Amino acid sequence: MIVEAVTAPVLSVQDLWVEARTPNGLRPILEDVSFTLAPRETLCLAGESGSGKSVTSLAIMRLLPKSSLRVARGSIQLSGRDLLSLSEAEMRKVRGGDVAMIFQEPMTSLNPVMTIGAQMSEAIRIHQGVGEQEALARSKDMLDAVHITDPARRLRQYPHELSGGMRQRVMIGMALSCRPKVLIADEPTTALDVRVQAQILRLMRELSADFGTSTILITHDMGVVAEMADRVVMMKTGRIVETSPVDDIFLCPKAAYTRELLSAVPRLGERKGTDGPPVLSAEREPVQKDAAAPVLVVRDLNVSFQQPGSLLGPRPAPVQAVKDVSFSIPAGQTLGLVGESGSGKSTTGKAIANLIPWTGDILVGGRSIRNLSTRELKAVRRKVQMIFQDPYASLDPRMSVGALIAEPLAIHGIGSRREREERVAQVLQQVRLSPDHRTRYPHEFSGGQRQRICIARALILEPELIIADESVAALDVSVRAQVLDLMLELQESLGLAYLFISHDMAIIERMSHAVAVMRYGRIVEIGSRREVFENPREVYTRELMDAVPIPDPTFARSKRRQGLLVSDEAI
Amino acid sequence: MANYLVQRLIQTILILFGIAAITFLLLYLVPADPAVQIAGRSATAQTVANIRRELGLDQPLATQFLRYLGGLIHGDLGRSYAQKTEVMTLIAARIPATITLMVAGIAAELAIGVTLGVIAAVRRNTLLDRIVMIASFTTISAPQFLVALLLLYVFAATLGWFPMSGFGSPAHVVLPALTLGILGAGWYARIVRSTMIDVLNQDYVRTAKAKGVAPLRVVLRHALPNALLPVVAMIGIDIGQFMAGLVVVEAVFGWPGIGQLAWQAIQQVDIPIIMGVTLVSALAIVIGNLLADLIAPFIDPRIRLR
Repeated sequence: MIVEAVTAPVLSVQDLWVEARTPNGLRPILEDVSFTLAPRETLCLAGESGSGKSVTSLAIMRLLPKSSLRVARGSIQLSGRDLLSLSEAEMRKVRGGDVAMIFQEPMTSLNPVMTIGAQMSEAIRIHQGVGEQEALARSKDMLDAVHITDPARRLRQYPHELSGGMRQRVMIGMALSCRPKVLIADEPTTALDVRVQAQILRLMRELSADFGTSTILITHDMGVVAEMADRVVMMKTGRIVETSPVDDIFLCPKAAYTRELLSAVPRLGERKGTDGPPVLSAEREPVQKDAAAPVLVVRDLNVSFQQPGSLLGPRPAPVQAVKDVSFSIPAGQTLGLVGESGSGKSTTGKAIANLIPWTGDILVGGRSIRNLSTRELKAVRRKVQMIFQDPYASLDPRMSVGALIAEPLAIHGIGSRREREERVAQVLQQVRLSPDHRTRYPHEFSGGQRQRICIARALILEPELIIADESVAALDVSVRAQVLDLMLELQESLGLAYLFISHDMAIIERMSHAVAVMRYGRIVEIGSRREVFENPREVYTRELMDAVPIPDPTFARSKRRQGLLVSDEAI
Repeated sequence: MANYLVQRLIQTILILFGIAAITFLLLYLVPADPAVQIAGRSATAQTVANIRRELGLDQPLATQFLRYLGGLIHGDLGRSYAQKTEVMTLIAARIPATITLMVAGIAAELAIGVTLGVIAAVRRNTLLDRIVMIASFTTISAPQFLVALLLLYVFAATLGWFPMSGFGSPAHVVLPALTLGILGAGWYARIVRSTMIDVLNQDYVRTAKAKGVAPLRVVLRHALPNALLPVVAMIGIDIGQFMAGLVVVEAVFGWPGIGQLAWQAIQQVDIPIIMGVTLVSALAIVIGNLLADLIAPFIDPRIRLR
């Protein structure tokens, strides 16, 4: 960090203001943003959604959407050249040549109708002035460098034939193919599974060292910050609140916001030595339910999906999404269901909510829900409610909050109009919203408030079990912590049981009494939270935990030294 | 792939029989009597009855239908009442003219529609975009005969660039093809504009820009192929509309195709010809859709035919 004073920065952003055109005139989106990037340095832009991290990166690339955003003032210097005064043609040479970029969604960031080879060689042809054959040969070398096996074949493949992790490797290879001075990576691992994330982060570290690239890494994940950053720029609502070396951010944060954010991050291993989630309501005795009678028992649950067949010929074999899954949840307790994408955890949740066909047996309150009549099933459904991942998509935008929350009562024919209104007011208070909110519409609420509305809608039927499928995955860290605390409080006061489905090991650790780890549709390990987290039997469980980025830079460094990270075999 | 084609062939045969049945029943419900049409207004009841017997029209409907289907299986579309010729021969003689006009018309509609759609999408919310959209709306709403007459007035009567009507030289095909194409072009301009706007907002277009790809190449190489898939699917569906347009356009321009054949047959209640043209049109629509489905995997490698 002392080096900075001596060497000239590669990139220097000074006093950058970006404005948005709104119906009410110009509104600042970025205010007075200044930072420098030293050679070979990794600088993290960290912050929650709406903090302006991505706008900053697009401003550097001069790729802000012209119709809505513009740079009002400031300067962006790349090795002493002012990027803001370049012509569009000169700027195109900078893009992909001097400054390259990787984006969040590897699934959508590559063109689906162009081969990997065509997309990779294009950048090389543009910036290095070589012919097609030479460009393809260099693309092949880059695929080698990002550890993709059989690169010659990959060049002829299309993006949909590669996994998410491999696509992100292709993106990295493409970005580094022209030896850029600066690499901007915008949430490069957010969409990836945790073990793949660990691999990609390691690859980025390795390559930026090999290529001597300076990196701007944009992330909301403080664990990723701790693993990757040399210095950190903390942003909030378009302003920089703090710029510090990574150790200082975690050990002696200057800004109050940094401290708040760090305290909201659940850390893996935090609940070590305890049996259940933290008790939040100290003054009240938690509701004790008869733990001997499980609210939910699942026996040999199987779910398979029939693939669309053809008119003639044999039907294709069905895909087994869930295989022989068995577990039970005692009243008032939480089973955390954890696994990577495609492990069958969401499908298990949907089967239990009886939203998809299944075989095996599911007992709710000791009663099998197989072969129930529609009316009997309705009574069971009251006891099992579901909260989904995306609070924006799971509320009908044309219904008022009151109508949304009361709808389950109407479906089940419970109560008079007045009684329903009273009940809506009551559950709104339970989720810490005001009863006055019921006349408003979903778009008037933030993501966290919407998820509270979803919880209220689940609560209104007084269920015994709530299936929460990635219910906080779409929320910012600080909001996430609040929603999780609310769910814990409701469990204490109402004696709710949860089937808590998540990919996030730290959140599972915080919320669960018992944990089941799923992989390829099967439960590979199940036990009390303490057993699974403190003494995992399966290598896979240990790999999942080791791959989680820990928000502590000293720990991250020691882990890196010991080489504790997951192996590099292609996932 | 072979399996897929066999499936589609079976589907096609089923569809054609279904259409034959429906058309047959509909024509039976038509209040006009073909025998009266053929005999003329002054004919005696005896003559009409003879003609009816001769054509088999006195048989029960089921017998008539089965006899017709029996013919169909052998590729026999029956004989024209009025022209006393095999329907197959009449249609075969006119098919080349119609196919020429269709190919030219579809080419015109795609060339105009896709170009305007791309321009409107790239320059969206500008004056140019508005003009293209208003123009496309106007052509969609305009009756085809009116477009035909306008084109004739400007390019044939006033400027004299193209012949008024007839068939034979490449110049003859321009105005009828344009008339057919202009209507469809409006549709395609709108479809291409909306899918292009969607595609231009995709992440991979941003990736291309971030690589330093020049704007024209971003549009033509990265975005356009992704926007063409709905257009190809549309062509398959659109052929039905197109066949309907053919009847009008061939009549206005004196184009000797099956549209004109159908037009005359309808006036004479010449049921075998109407049936024949309907089946040929249905076949064209089915083939059009099949071609669209076969082309799709070349445009989008994610599509697999099964």
